[in-house]
Amino acid sequence: MITDFDPGRHDDEGVAPELAPLDLADKPDGPAAAVMIASGLGVFTLGLMTTLAVINGSVKSFLEWFQFDQGVGALAGKSTVAVLVFFVAWLVLYLIWREKDVVLKTSFYIGLGLGILGVIGTFPPFFEWFE
Amino acid sequence: MEFSSRETWTVIHGLVLGTLFLLAFAGGLAGLWSMRPGLMTTEGIKERMGRLYIGAWVMAAAAWAAVITGTWIVYPWYRVKLAPVGEDAYAGCVDAILPNAACSPRDFLKSNVSGETEMWHIFGMEWKEHVSWAAPILATAAAFLIAYYGPRLIARPWLRAAVIVMFVAAFAAALVGGAFGAFLNKIAPIV
Repeated sequence: MITDFDPGRHDDEGVAPELAPLDLADKPDGPAAAVMIASGLGVFTLGLMTTLAVINGSVKSFLEWFQFDQGVGALAGKSTVAVLVFFVAWLVLYLIWREKDVVLKTSFYIGLGLGILGVIGTFPPFFEWFE
Repeated sequence: MEFSSRETWTVIHGLVLGTLFLLAFAGGLAGLWSMRPGLMTTEGIKERMGRLYIGAWVMAAAAWAAVITGTWIVYPWYRVKLAPVGEDAYAGCVDAILPNAACSPRDFLKSNVSGETEMWHIFGMEWKEHVSWAAPILATAAAFLIAYYGPRLIARPWLRAAVIVMFVAAFAAALVGGAFGAFLNKIAPIV
C-alpha cells in the first residue's frame, strides 16, 4: 500500500495531452491519502463523541469542560475533539507520507467507511438508542 | 427597520455564510464536473483552475465560519434554560406562542406548548448541531485535494470522482444543518 515516490508512475499527459504545455511536476500521493483518512477520522470522532456522551456521564462532563462557561454544553467538546483529531491526524500522516506513494483507493475507502460510521454516530435515533 | 444583535448573528450564521457556502459549492461542483480530458484547452485550464481554487477554499472557509458562529454564538441562545420554575421545567413557556424572555427556543420546543414540537429538538436540532461539523472537515479535505493535484485531476477520473464525493458529502452535511436551521428558526426563532 505504501511505496517510495515514483515520479513516472502516472501518465497524466498521455491521458490528457492538454496538460503537457503546463509542465506540471508530479507529486506523491501520500499527502492526499493523509487528508482522506484524516477527514474520515475527524467525522468518525464526531460521531463517537456524540454517542459516548450519551452512554457515559463522565465523557459528557469531560466534553462540557471545553465550553468555558459559554453555554455550549457538550457540543463544545465533541466538535473541538473531532477537529483536533482531524488536524493532528492530517499533520502526522502528512509528515509520514509526504514523500511516499500511498494507494489512494484504499485510503479513500478507509476514510469513507470512517465517515459513514461517524454520521451514523451523530444520527439521533442511533445515539438515543443508548439512553 | 432594524435587526437585534441576536437576529444579526442568526442572519450572518445562516443566510450570509450559508449563501456563500452554497454559491461556492455550486461553482466548485460545476468546475470539478467539467474537468475531463479533451474538454478544455490549456489556456482554459489555467483560467478555470484559479476560480476552482478560490471556490473550494471559500466553501471551506464559509463552512468553518458557519459552524463556529452557530456553535459558539447562536446555539447558547437556543439552548439556555429559562423556563424552569421550581419543579416545573417549562413553567416559563405556559401560553407562549413563540420563544420569549422566559422561554428559550429549546424550552419552547420541548414544552409542546404550541403543538407537537418536541421532535424538532430531539431529531432536528440534535442532528443538525452534530452533523454540521462534518461539513468544514470534508470541505477542507476536498479543497486541499483540489489545490494539491490541480489540473492533474483532469487525467485521473477516479480521483476526481473521489473529490466530488467528499465535496458533495460536505454539502449534504451542511444541507442537514441549513435546512433544519431554517425550519427551527421558523418554528422557534431566536429572539
